[in-house]
Amino acid sequence: MFEQFLQFFYSGVTVGSAYALAALGFTIIYNTSGVINFAQGEFIMLGGMLAAVLVGAGVPLPLAVVIAVVVTSCVGLVMEKTVIQPARDAQVVSLIIITIGASLVVRGLVQIWLGKGTFSLTPFSGDSPIILLGASLLPQSLWVLGVTLVMVALMGWFFGRTLLGKAMLATSHNRVAAQLVGINTERVLLVSFGLAALLGGVGGVLLAPITYTSYDAGIMLGLKGFVAAVLGGLGGGAGAVAGGLILGIAEAMTAGFISSAYKDAVPFVLILFILFFMPRGLFGAKVSDRV
Amino acid sequence: MFITLLKHTAIAASLLLVATGTLAQNIKIGSVLSVTGPAAFLGDPELKTLQLYIEKINAEGGVLGRKLELVHYDDGSDAGKANGFTKRLIESDKVAVLIGGTTTGATMAMAPLVERANLPFISLAGAVVITDPVKKWVFKTPHTDRMAAEKVFEDMKKRGITKVGLLSETSGFGASGRKETQTVAGKYGIKLVADETYGPKDTDITAQLTRIKNTVGVQAVFVFGLGQGPAVVTKNYGQLGMAALPLYQSHGVASDEYLKLAGKSAEGVRLPSPALLIAGSLAANDPQKAIVLGYDKAYRDRYNVEPSSFGGYALDALRLSVDAIKRAGSTDGAKVRIALEQTRGFVGATGVFNMSATDHMGLDLSAFRLVEVKNGDWQLKQ
Amino acid sequence: MKAPRMRHPGLLVLAVILAVLPFVLTNAYYLDVAIKIALNAVVVIGLNLLVGYTGQISLGHAAFFGMGAYGSAVLTSHFGWPALAALAAGAATTGLLAFILARPVLKLKGHTLAMATLGLGIIIAMVINNESQWTGGPDGLAVPAFGLLGMDISGETQWYAVAAILLLLVTWGALNLIGSPAGRALQAIHGSEVAARVAGIDTTRFKVRVFVLSAVLASIAGSISAHYIGFITPNMAGFFHSIELVTMVVVGGSASIFGSIIGAALLTILPQFLSAFEGWETVVFGMILILCMIFLPRGLVPSIAAKLRKARG
Repeated sequence: MFEQFLQFFYSGVTVGSAYALAALGFTIIYNTSGVINFAQGEFIMLGGMLAAVLVGAGVPLPLAVVIAVVVTSCVGLVMEKTVIQPARDAQVVSLIIITIGASLVVRGLVQIWLGKGTFSLTPFSGDSPIILLGASLLPQSLWVLGVTLVMVALMGWFFGRTLLGKAMLATSHNRVAAQLVGINTERVLLVSFGLAALLGGVGGVLLAPITYTSYDAGIMLGLKGFVAAVLGGLGGGAGAVAGGLILGIAEAMTAGFISSAYKDAVPFVLILFILFFMPRGLFGAKVSDRV
Repeated sequence: MFITLLKHTAIAASLLLVATGTLAQNIKIGSVLSVTGPAAFLGDPELKTLQLYIEKINAEGGVLGRKLELVHYDDGSDAGKANGFTKRLIESDKVAVLIGGTTTGATMAMAPLVERANLPFISLAGAVVITDPVKKWVFKTPHTDRMAAEKVFEDMKKRGITKVGLLSETSGFGASGRKETQTVAGKYGIKLVADETYGPKDTDITAQLTRIKNTVGVQAVFVFGLGQGPAVVTKNYGQLGMAALPLYQSHGVASDEYLKLAGKSAEGVRLPSPALLIAGSLAANDPQKAIVLGYDKAYRDRYNVEPSSFGGYALDALRLSVDAIKRAGSTDGAKVRIALEQTRGFVGATGVFNMSATDHMGLDLSAFRLVEVKNGDWQLKQ
Repeated sequence: MKAPRMRHPGLLVLAVILAVLPFVLTNAYYLDVAIKIALNAVVVIGLNLLVGYTGQISLGHAAFFGMGAYGSAVLTSHFGWPALAALAAGAATTGLLAFILARPVLKLKGHTLAMATLGLGIIIAMVINNESQWTGGPDGLAVPAFGLLGMDISGETQWYAVAAILLLLVTWGALNLIGSPAGRALQAIHGSEVAARVAGIDTTRFKVRVFVLSAVLASIAGSISAHYIGFITPNMAGFFHSIELVTMVVVGGSASIFGSIIGAALLTILPQFLSAFEGWETVVFGMILILCMIFLPRGLVPSIAAKLRKARG
């Protein structure tokens, strides 16, 4: 019985780390620009797809990974420059539609150039499962979790200690004030998109060996990542990771103990619960609105 | 005088043009397929096959002295759009025959329209409800999900398996397959002791498999799904060390892509498959051998990828239509429909078709071959 | 006799266009597109009242459309109810659900509101997909014909009449609502909810009512669509349909009733044109969304109206 629970737990942590990575990307962009980036899932998809295609064409894995992540980051930068910047001051609804439009363009292009099939990526350290306390865990899951935690730590250092990071934080608190003290907010926005795309790309590369990837792999992941981000309060990296892990574990427990048919409803039921009773999310700070 | 001559010539010339135009009028084959959206990996090879073979048929002289013309719309895996495009094909494009409905949902949304318009319609979807009860104008080429379940249960019975865990996808294919599996299980003395589901884009299915694994008395697992889901299940199967429990899949994964994705964990998996998958291993006197080898070569030469059984459904639908038109001697809907019903012993990529007024699908269990994954490749079992 | 003052000239233009259209559109396929536009427009007008005028967000409105569609389908095919009764029951149930959910949901703003409506929509769509013994599951459900006064409505011409009349009624109702004190209250809430409350408007009550109204309209349109197409699938209640609806609002014109109709028309016709772009449909659609939002942020109709006003001086 305990082994069953543990198996569900490992499953939840594996899936949850994926959500956590997606949530991190959402959080960074939301914090610096207030934009809900519905294309975040596509960044994850791009990372995995590009790496898989490159490896399939004979490129050695480490190089394929690097190229995939770099290209994905560039896509993020291009997206900010061409699509977000011109529409800077639009309403929330318009910005949502713009990011959805961007996600369609990315998805559509991948569909045309890389096809509609499913791709897999070789696991980084083999795929013999590790038996831990009676339940099995894939080594790749440890990679995902490990790199996610490293990323969060790096983000913490970046935002807390570097000048650019502090500039981004300042922009997220008050854009006008940041501009007044001489921060180039345009550049900050650009960097935030590039960073989110980078995180997404890394996530995609880490996940592809476990989850396979295809041109439409980003849709559900993006949505659930958004849920995880709101769950975590759209504040800092720790909240995003916590939100993602909690979401993944809740889903796995539901599938395991209650009903597998409604497992996908769990993130949304959970988020409604949280929003009705704790609208700031689990870790969001109290914010007061100016009237 | 000169002007009158010119006028007469002009009129004669245009009349001639119209006459040749009508004589050489193309036979329009209408199709609505899901080339984008969740069903895209089904619809994409279907479209490619239709395009390839219409070209071939035209190159060989066409049908009844006329060329075939494909009029195609993509329904984006949305049944509502399929309905709308069908209206367009019927009213605007005025097609002679309709091939399509990649998914059961799309097919069922299109069916009432062809019934109203007296248009022969060959569906490419799997569910039993499409041709049972028989609808006058609706035919189909793929094996039914019920047949897939029966083929699997046949083999399980031979191995003495009586308690089975079912793991089905929440997609149309999986849900319909689940229903049919539940319906026919008793006929083979099989009890479904577990009934779990997973989503088509799920990335980890260990929770559901763990539940099945821990069900008392379970002797085998039957997975009903399409695309990447069953591959994830297979990988998770390996991860959880369940290889001692026989794993059966549906014809949804009868493709080399499944082998590539599932890897070593697929060893020993059994599933019902159309002949196309094991074209090379067919006996020399197997009636389907020539057709499937020909299709395999033509598709690979043109598109550089292996053909899929879904494309095979489209191939059969096209060739059945062409055959019916030839036998009817015209493109008149009623005549073509009767010719379709009179199809006997027609060898296709999916099987040998024997249609009738009460059977608009035309295949029996022999159209499925049971295959097993051995050393990373398909092995014909029966 | 004095001619009645034309309060809504646009309404007359719409009526004329709707009356003339069937004589211009020669085949049943064109009428089919027109019917679908009209039914979409009904939903979009309701959604616009909520999103454009009152400034809320809903990323889950297709769920209400789906509830109406499935309500009608299930009640008429499984229980043999008459179509009109099923439609009313569907609308009432949807309205009730919207009423219960409205209060807690509309306390939220911005992205949290977006998330909440998104979540609700997905949950409802999932229930429809999973409860296959009632709903037919992912493969969908056939819908019986719509019987009215003893005869079945069939054929595109009869359905066009139904859809056109419905659209006219809804447009007239919406225009009257906007021009009334209630309408001004809604727009005040959009401007600043706190200020509206200070001015004495019971903002919660108005927001709830608009939410319920838009849900009921979606449900009615869903029921009619179900009977018209004759076959429904859970896609109708899904996330993509919700996004399509919001896009129709924003592209046609937020806070513009006629913009809603134009938006519905454009986005319903678009797939027909996109079919020419073999394979590139998704990319082209995405680009159209982006370009519309960048260059016409307030939507087509308000932007054109503004330009015309400037030209007139």
